[in-house]
Amino acid sequence: MSGSDLLERLGILADAAKYDASCASSGTDKRSSRGGRGVGSTQGMGICHAYAPDGRCISLLKVLLTNHCIFDCHYCINRKSSNVRRARFTPAEVVQLTLDFYRRNYIEGLFLSSGIVKSSNHTMEQLTEVARSLREDHDFRGYIHLKAIPEADPELVEQAGLWADRISINVELPTDPGLARLAPDKNAARIEGAMGHIGSAIDEAKDARKRFRHAPRFAPAGQSTQMIVGADGANDIAIIQRASSLYGRFGLRRVYYSAFSPIPDASAILPLKRPPLIREHRLYQSDWLTRFYGFAPEEIAEAAQDDGMLPLDIDPKLAWALKRREAFPVDVNTAPREALLRVPGLGTRAVDALLAARRHRRLRLDDVARLTVSVARLRPFLVAADWRPTRLTDRVDLRRMLAPPQQQLELFA
Amino acid sequence: MTPARKIAERVHVELDAPDDFAGWRERARALVAAHIAPEHVSWSVAGGTTGDLFATMASAPPPEANPAALVRASARFLDLAKTALLHRAPERFSLLYDLLWRLQANRHLMDDAADGQVRELERLARTVRRDIHKMRAFVRFRSMRDETGGERFVAWFEPEHHIVRANAAFFVDRFANQQWSILTPSLSLHWDGSALQEGPAARREDAPDHDATEAAWQRYYASIFNPARLKVSAMLKEMPRKYWKNMPETRLIPDLIAGAQAREAAMIAIAGEDIASSPMPANLADIAEGISDCSRCPIGCNGTRAVPGEGPTQARLLILGEQPGDTEETMGRPFVGPAGAVLDRHLAEAGIDRSAAYLTNAVKHFKFLPRGKKRLHQNPSAREIDHCRWWLDAERALVRPDWILALGASAGRALLGRTPSVGRERGVPVPLPDGTHMLLTAHPSYLLRLEGDARERETARFVQDLKVLAEALSSQHWRPELRQAAERISTSG
Repeated sequence: MSGSDLLERLGILADAAKYDASCASSGTDKRSSRGGRGVGSTQGMGICHAYAPDGRCISLLKVLLTNHCIFDCHYCINRKSSNVRRARFTPAEVVQLTLDFYRRNYIEGLFLSSGIVKSSNHTMEQLTEVARSLREDHDFRGYIHLKAIPEADPELVEQAGLWADRISINVELPTDPGLARLAPDKNAARIEGAMGHIGSAIDEAKDARKRFRHAPRFAPAGQSTQMIVGADGANDIAIIQRASSLYGRFGLRRVYYSAFSPIPDASAILPLKRPPLIREHRLYQSDWLTRFYGFAPEEIAEAAQDDGMLPLDIDPKLAWALKRREAFPVDVNTAPREALLRVPGLGTRAVDALLAARRHRRLRLDDVARLTVSVARLRPFLVAADWRPTRLTDRVDLRRMLAPPQQQLELFA
Repeated sequence: MTPARKIAERVHVELDAPDDFAGWRERARALVAAHIAPEHVSWSVAGGTTGDLFATMASAPPPEANPAALVRASARFLDLAKTALLHRAPERFSLLYDLLWRLQANRHLMDDAADGQVRELERLARTVRRDIHKMRAFVRFRSMRDETGGERFVAWFEPEHHIVRANAAFFVDRFANQQWSILTPSLSLHWDGSALQEGPAARREDAPDHDATEAAWQRYYASIFNPARLKVSAMLKEMPRKYWKNMPETRLIPDLIAGAQAREAAMIAIAGEDIASSPMPANLADIAEGISDCSRCPIGCNGTRAVPGEGPTQARLLILGEQPGDTEETMGRPFVGPAGAVLDRHLAEAGIDRSAAYLTNAVKHFKFLPRGKKRLHQNPSAREIDHCRWWLDAERALVRPDWILALGASAGRALLGRTPSVGRERGVPVPLPDGTHMLLTAHPSYLLRLEGDARERETARFVQDLKVLAEALSSQHWRPELRQAAERISTSG
């Protein structure tokens, strides 16, 4: 496993894979290499083995099998009409690279995707072959994430689920017209059909394992998807509603949002302006609100401005609270968990600590301060044993008081 | 139980190892059962310095301990204590004993997350958990051949807390079928495929110094990084520099960051080419607004506030500095920092009215190097001064001063287009093409950097230059002929 040629190809195919946001290695079942022939273990929690200067975690070897592609999706650097350098790996090369990296504790496993070569079915077979070889030939017990090709036969995708921890199919764009315009070779119904297929295969396998201990596993870490933000005209509300329907219909573990970043050799029909990175961040925050804080997508829509976009200067929870002031203040000593979770500035951990602590005594503002990052932000929304906001929630300038001040950029030296 | 037994003034307990939780638990249980309050107990680790000289060494629990007395601890306490005990803080043993003691009276103590000691315990446990997690993440094995010719993977790691033994199972689970060793400054672990052995403390030199696969890993690291989204602080938060020295990929980081910044600077330089074709600002307010979002040079993009010029629109004197400093950037006004104070004093001495002059800088943004909390001034490059000259020219066209006092070489460059030698060219009026006169002198911050005689000498020269200027300003007769001369030049040229 040496040679400058392989390094060259690794450079090209890792570079081509970096537009996929996911690097998660969590949520699969527990495994260990004890009693086996190979390496690898998984716990519930993933591990980030390194961080790149873009602040992102490096957990998996994230590469493409090849960046040759017969599709011509405008937002994609690997589209047929793009001028990028092309390269390909053989399945055996990817297997060896994964094992070499894993044995030195560089990675948690492999995230393999590919451009479409020859046909969708051929590509899917090649991807599956890598996963099969790792599992069968080398008894690899680390994490494997495969990107499925929605245009491939469902049986082939299903085969991949037997080896992989996670399967994902990217919906790519939040709206169907956007997909039709920017990814002419893809078909929204086809993508959703494939996601539905994987979703039911996961459910079936889980059900079977309840009754038969040795029933085969199918993608134990579930399926996820990714949407590109800012390449078509969809506003934040449309994106959140799309995500929520995906979570509901296909039992997705995660929806990733990727701010459209101008790619080298961009296609002419893409917008030139990139969306602010903070928009991506606000979408993730709202995603968390629906998944862990009991917010319905309609409630997050309330937080949005008239143009259907979430405010960029404050987080969506604060934006919601400022619009629904009649729901506050909330009494830390009596309010139910659901109500506390809606207080801007209180996270799930702080809420649980407050609930445990208040069983023993009446909480004062100082107690709350010790359990949270900034009590100043919380004060207008809370009642404590020694604190009651005096009509603070009526103030017109409350938003200005709570919005974070403009910050200087950080420099690196 | 009657207090018939005489309790020693202090009990000292010595544990076998810094991560000896079982030992601590056994001794603590016995001490609580014997009703020995925390203020009478001290702890240490064998081989370390004895914590308490006046304590009796209690190698066994006091014989009078009531075996029937039940010592209780909540599951949550045990859970946290197991982890927190691995912390390197010497006071961890007493903190744990304090809490165990208080738990006997208050079974729900651990639920009170607002209690100071509970919070401290949680903090210790959190720190240790993070260290454990970072070890799992950042250990880097290198492949080598051992005496028998078999392949062995060896890593050198420097943990912050006593976590190595606690982390062994993780590495065994993960690498059960390869032979590996993890060497640390306190002990080493060796796995031969079936049993784990502990060895003595090791040194970095004991581990192999290279591995061919690292080239591939470095290539991967450099390629997966997206230079369009540089977020260095996010990286440093999760991967602090203390871990860098044992990770092969981190030596690429400075180059990757510099490369990303150079790319951005190149884009900006290209954008800067067409600056000349932009329309001239109509008034000083437009200039102030324009410079605030100017990003035509890297200083403009460093996130600091632009500092606009200040003073009467039709001032006869324009005072030109180099660039705003720390204070100026914070206040958003020119010459309000230490150098500004020196300037003010000498202007007043020379009889020049600062409030009648227009003050501005050759470069409108503050260029600096962050050093901890401080921002160290950095000279702007010639290219940056030349870029920013467009704004200065616009100011000069609007203010139309008779005289320009140029402070320092950077200011001189902004007026002359070349970097003058302050020592040779100072104190002599130089006519400029637009009919104004320039007088070059040192920058007042230069005086601040000098000491003793040198400072006195240079201050005198500075004052002398200002007096030349004051004299020129007070004489009225030169002005009309200069204007005429200037107009002649511009109409003939």
